[in-house]
Amino acid sequence: MTQRRKTGWFASGDPWIWLTASAVAAAIVMVVGLLTLIAYRGMGHFWPHTVVQFEYSIDGAKSVLAGEVRDSDLIPAARARDAGLPVAEDAEPVTRLLIKAGNRDVTREDFVWIAEPFIANQSIPENMVVFERREWGNLYGFIDLQSGQSHEQAWQAVEQAIERSNELHERIEALQKGEIGGINYQLERLRLRQRALELDGEDTPQALAELEQERQALNAAYNEAEQRLTAMYEQFGDESVAVTTAPGVKLDQSVRHIVRAYRPNAMSLPQKLGHYVAKFWEFISDDPREANTEGGVFPAIFGTVLMVLLMSVLVAPLGVIAALYLREYAKQGILTRTISIAVNNLAGVPSIVYGVFGLGFFVYTLGGSIDALFYPEALPSPTFGTGGLMWASVTLALLTLPVVIVSTEEGLTRIPRAIREGSLALGATQAETLWRTVIPMASPAIMTGVILAVARAAGEVAPLMLVGVVKLAPSLPLDLNYPFFHPDRKFMHLGFHIYDVGFQSPNVEAARPLVYATALLLVAVIVLLNLVAIRVRNRLREKYRALEN
Amino acid sequence: MQSNNQSVDIKRASPRWRRIKDNLARYFIAAGGVGVIIAVLMIFVYLLHVVAPLFGSASVDAPVSIVQTVDDNDANDPVVLSVDEGLTTVLTIGVDGHYRLLDRTTGEIKHSDTLPLDGASISASFKLPGGPIALATDAGTVLMIEVGYEPHFNDGVRTIHAEVEFPLGPDAVVLSDQRIDSLAVAPGDSAWTMASISGGAVQTLRIGLRENLMTGELRKDFERGQVTGTGAVPHYIAISGNQRYLYVGYDSRILASYNLSQVTSPPVLERFDTAAPMTSMRMLLGGISLLIGDQRGVVTQYSPVRDDTGHTALAQLRTLEVFDGEPVTAIIPEARRKGFIALSDAGHFAMVHTTANNVVLDERIGDVRPTVASLSPRSNGWVYLDAAGELELLPINNRHPEVSWHSLWEKVWYENYQEPEYVWQSSAANHDFEPKFSLTPLAFGTLKAAFYALLFAIPIGLLGAIYTAYFMAPKLRQTVKPTIEIMEALPTVILGFLAGLWLAPYIENHLAAVLGMLLLMPFGMLGFAWLSHRFKSTVGEVTDGWQPLLLAPVVVVVAWLSLHVGSLAEYLLFDGNIRGWLNEIGVTYDQRNAMIVGIAMGFGVVPTIFSIAEDAIFGVPRSLTQGSLSLGATRWQTMVRVVLPTASPGIFSALMIGLGRAVGETMIVLMATGNTPIMDFNIFEGMRTLSANIAVEMPESEVGGTHYRVLFLAALVLFLFTFVVNTIAEQVRHRLRQKYGSL
Repeated sequence: MTQRRKTGWFASGDPWIWLTASAVAAAIVMVVGLLTLIAYRGMGHFWPHTVVQFEYSIDGAKSVLAGEVRDSDLIPAARARDAGLPVAEDAEPVTRLLIKAGNRDVTREDFVWIAEPFIANQSIPENMVVFERREWGNLYGFIDLQSGQSHEQAWQAVEQAIERSNELHERIEALQKGEIGGINYQLERLRLRQRALELDGEDTPQALAELEQERQALNAAYNEAEQRLTAMYEQFGDESVAVTTAPGVKLDQSVRHIVRAYRPNAMSLPQKLGHYVAKFWEFISDDPREANTEGGVFPAIFGTVLMVLLMSVLVAPLGVIAALYLREYAKQGILTRTISIAVNNLAGVPSIVYGVFGLGFFVYTLGGSIDALFYPEALPSPTFGTGGLMWASVTLALLTLPVVIVSTEEGLTRIPRAIREGSLALGATQAETLWRTVIPMASPAIMTGVILAVARAAGEVAPLMLVGVVKLAPSLPLDLNYPFFHPDRKFMHLGFHIYDVGFQSPNVEAARPLVYATALLLVAVIVLLNLVAIRVRNRLREKYRALEN
Repeated sequence: MQSNNQSVDIKRASPRWRRIKDNLARYFIAAGGVGVIIAVLMIFVYLLHVVAPLFGSASVDAPVSIVQTVDDNDANDPVVLSVDEGLTTVLTIGVDGHYRLLDRTTGEIKHSDTLPLDGASISASFKLPGGPIALATDAGTVLMIEVGYEPHFNDGVRTIHAEVEFPLGPDAVVLSDQRIDSLAVAPGDSAWTMASISGGAVQTLRIGLRENLMTGELRKDFERGQVTGTGAVPHYIAISGNQRYLYVGYDSRILASYNLSQVTSPPVLERFDTAAPMTSMRMLLGGISLLIGDQRGVVTQYSPVRDDTGHTALAQLRTLEVFDGEPVTAIIPEARRKGFIALSDAGHFAMVHTTANNVVLDERIGDVRPTVASLSPRSNGWVYLDAAGELELLPINNRHPEVSWHSLWEKVWYENYQEPEYVWQSSAANHDFEPKFSLTPLAFGTLKAAFYALLFAIPIGLLGAIYTAYFMAPKLRQTVKPTIEIMEALPTVILGFLAGLWLAPYIENHLAAVLGMLLLMPFGMLGFAWLSHRFKSTVGEVTDGWQPLLLAPVVVVVAWLSLHVGSLAEYLLFDGNIRGWLNEIGVTYDQRNAMIVGIAMGFGVVPTIFSIAEDAIFGVPRSLTQGSLSLGATRWQTMVRVVLPTASPGIFSALMIGLGRAVGETMIVLMATGNTPIMDFNIFEGMRTLSANIAVEMPESEVGGTHYRVLFLAALVLFLFTFVVNTIAEQVRHRLRQKYGSL
C-alpha cells in the first residue's frame, strides 16, 4: 500500500526492469565482444602487416627502427617517466606503440615499445622485405643490390632461391619423416623383439642370428638413406642474401633458413589476400616451428580430432546402453532415481578430478598392469603405463558419459507411452520395440548427446594435462608404420597448445597472434558443434510435438 | 518395401528364438548399464582407495630374529649396530672395534675386520641420520666410518657388496685427552664440526677440509676448543646442521646454546631452564630443530627463529606427549622425514612425526640399549639387540606419518618460521626439506576465486535471467537464450588465456578506468532509462521487451566513456598512478589477481546461472502472475512478490550449480592468477586453488608417495564438494518441478 502513494517513474518499478534489461545487454555485449576480439586478433595474424620505418629521437639521440605496429596504449606521464622517457612533470598521458621489430639475432629484442611524441619521422619503405625464418623469428630489412641490379631483379633472384631451398626442405623432410623414421621405428621394434625373446628364454642363437640379419639389412638401408640425406643437405650450399636492416646493420642471411619472404608494403590487395590464404593454409596444415611460436598447428588439430573420435566411439554405445537400462529396464524406484541423479551430478564434477582418476587408475594401475603383462620387453620405459592417446580418450569418455546418458534419457522420456504400448500390443517383444521404434525415435537425442559430448571433450584441457597431452609430439598417433595406429603415443591438443604457447613459451609476445588464431579455430569448431546440437534438438522437439497432437 | 520385409522377418522367426533374443537383449543392456554405472561411481571409490593410506596408522610386525653365526671374536657383544636401507646387511661393532657385516636373512658373516682404534675401546657413538657413524673411544679419539653398499649383478642375481669406508680417513681424530662420554657431529662439504663431553667438560673441534684439485688428496685443518665457565655438569650435546650452534643440556634442566662460529671458545647465546629434567637430546633431520626428551615422557621441539629485528633465538615449536610419565631415554631421528623414534625407560618404542604433531606408533619392545639399535634409512625396519642378547629386526609400516588433521587443516609451526602458519609448499630442492601440506590456503584460494566469480556472475546472470524469462519479447528470447547458453560450451582455456594475456595487462594499465566502468555502468543504464522515459512523448516509447537491443550500444558507449574519464580521474585523483597509491596504503597489486579471475570465471559461470535461473522463472505458471497483475500490482511488484518467491528454489539451485562450477574450474585460475598459495582476501592479489594445484603438481609427484596421495585428497575434496552441492541443487529443483506440476 505504501508504494501506491508514491508516484512517478521510480514507484512503477520500471527502472529495475531497465536494470535487468541492461544485465542482458551487458551479457550480450560481452559475448559478442569476446568473439569479436578472438576473431579479429585471430584472423589478423595471417594478414601481411605494413612495415613502418620510424625515426626516433630522445634527447637528440636518434635511432631508426622498422617493424609492424602491433598495439598502442595510453600511459600516464608518471609511468613514462619511470620508464626513462624525458616527459615533463605535468605532461599529458603519452601514447606508446608496440613495434614488432624482429631481427632477434641482431638486436635481441624483437618487440619494442616506442613513445609517439618522440617519433621524428615515419615512412613506409616500399622495398622493405620480411623474411620468415626457421630460427630467430622474422627478419626485416632491405636486400642489398648487386651492381646494375634493379630492386625488382634482386627480389626475383631471392624469391627463386627461396623456392629452390623450400623444395629441397620438403624433400628432406619427406625422407626424414618417411623413410628414416620408418627404419628407426623398425629397429626399435627389432630391439623389443630381441628383449622379448630373452625374457621368454627363447633367445636361441638361431633366433638371434635371424634378428641380427634383419638388423643389418635395416642398418644398411639406414646408412644409404643417411647418405642421400647428407647429399641433399650439401645441395643447399652456402647461398645467402645480403640484407641491410633499417638501423643499417648488414648481414648475410643464409637462404636455407628462410621459409618465405614478402614485401608487404609493395603488395597489392589480391597479393595480400593470396598471402593471407597461403599463411592460413600453412597454419592448419603445417608442423609448428620455433618452439611452437611459428608455423602451423596441424599435429594439434590431428590429435584433437583423433582423440575426440576415439572418445565418441567409446562414449556413444556405453552412454546409450546405460540410459536404456535406466529408463527401459530398471525398476523405476528410489534406487533408480538416485542413480539417475548421481549420474546427472557427475556432469558437474570438476574435470580435473576425472584427470586425477584417469592418471591414477587408467595410467598407473591399468596401464602398469598392461605393460607388465603384454609389454615386458619395453620395460622399464612404459608403453601404456604413461599418458597417451588411449587413456586421454577413455578419461574424456568417462567425463562426457553423463552428458550422453542424460541426453538419451531425456529423449527416451519424450517418446509417448502410446508408441511403446502400440508396438507391444502388436506382438513385438520388448527388445524388438526398443530396436525398431524407440531407439530410432530417440536417435536425434542420442546424436545431440554425442555432439555435446564431443564439444565438451574438444575444449577440455585440465584432465588432458595429466593423461597424455604434450607440447610437442615427435610423431602422430596414426602413421605408415605397422600397426599404423598407436594409441599409446602422446599427442598434441589445440586447447593445451593455447595454454602451452600462451603461458609456457619463452617468447610470449611473439607467440600471441598464433595463440589467438588457435583459439579462434577451437572456438569456431566448438560453437559450430553446439549450433548443430541445438538444431538437432529443436528438430527433435518439433517432431514429437507433432506426434503428441 | 523395407517395412514389408521386416514384418516378414518377424513372422518367420520362431517365437522361441524371439524370446531368447529378447532375454539376451535384456541381460546385455542390464549388464552393460549396471557396468557403466558402477564404472562411473567407481571414481569415488578409487579416489578413496588412494587417499585411505594417508590416514592409516603405523604398525609394526612381529620381530624377526637374526641368526648370528659364531665367530672367533664372539666374546664381544656389539656396542654399535647399523642396517642398510634394503634391510639386507647388518653391521655390528664390538667394544674393541672388531666389526662384522652380517647377511640379515642368513646370518652369514660377509666380512669381518678390526677398526683402526689403536687399542682403545669404544665409549660412545653418534649416528648421523642415514649416513656415517662416529665412534668415540676412551682414549679421547673419534673415528668416522660409513658402510658403503654397492649392488652387484652376478648371473642375474643381485647381491649387495658392503664395505666399511672412512669419510675422514682411517686415522682417528683427537678430540679430548680423556674418555669421551657423549658425542655430537655435524658434517659438511668444507668442514665438519664435532663436540664431546669428556671429563665433565665440553670440547669442540672444527675440521676444515680442503681437497687438492690435482691429486684429489684431502687436507684437514683442525681447530680445537672448549666450552668454558659453565659451572654445571654437561649431560647432552647437539650441533646444528649448519654447524653454527652448539646446544648443551646441563645437569637436569639447564639448556644453553653457544655460537660455534668461534670454535675455540664458543660464547653462550642463550641459557634457560626446561620445563622438566632432560633425559635425551638430538637434532631433527636437517639439523634445524632441537628435540629434547624429558622425565615426563614429553619431547619438546625448539627451532631458531629470527624475529623482525633480525635477532635469532630458540622458539619452542611444540611439545609432543610421547610417553605417559615414562622418561624418554633416547631420540633417534629418521633419515628422510621430519620424524623420530623415541624410546622410554620402560621399554616403549614410539614413532613420532613433528610437523604432523602426531605420535603414530607406541609399542612395547622391552629393554633396549639405544646405541645397540639402528633405524634403517627408509625407516622401514629397526634392528636392535634385545635383553637376551639376540639380534632382532622389527619391520615397520609407517608410510605417511607427515599427514594428520593438524598438518592438513590447522596452523602449523614450521621450522624457522616466526609463528604457526598455513603453508602449502610440497617440495624443494634439498632432501631434508620439511614438506608443508596445508590444504587450508588452497581451499581458501578456491573459495576466494569462487566468491569473486560469483560476485561478478550473479548480478549479470540473475538479472539477465529475470529479464529474459519475464520481460523479453519472445522473438528476441529465441536468439538471446541460445547465444548466452553457447558461451557455456566455450572452452575455459580460451577464457583463461584471454584473462591472463589480454585482460590482466589491460586492467593493470587501466585500473582506475575499469573500476570506474564497473561503478558507472548501472548508473549509465538507469540514466538512459530515465532519459527514454522522460522523452518518450517526443521520441516515442521503447517497444516493451526490446530494451536490451537499445541498451547494448549504451553499454559500449558507457564503457568507452569510462575508459577515457577513468584515465582522467586517475590523473586528477591519484596523480596518474593508482597502483602507486594502492601501494602507499598497503595494498599489494599483482598483475594476475582475484579481480581478473572473478571477471574471467564469472564470465564462464554467467551462462550456467542464467540458463537454470531463466528456466525456473520461465516455468512459473502464468496464472499466478496474471492473477497478481489483475489485482493491480505493477509488473515489477509481480516479479518481486510473486514470481521470484515461487522460482526461488530454482534460483537457489542455479546459484549452487554456478558455485560448483566456479569451485572446480581449473584452466582459468591456472592461467589468470599467479598461483601463489596465500591466505589473503585482497581482490588485487592472486591465489592458488585446489584444482590448479593438482594440475600443476600432479605430473611431478611420485606415485604412491605422500604428496601424490595428498593431491588425490584434494581431488576427493573437490569431488565431494561439487557432488554434494549439485545434489542439493538437483533435489531443490526436483521439488520445484513437482510443486508446479500441481498448479
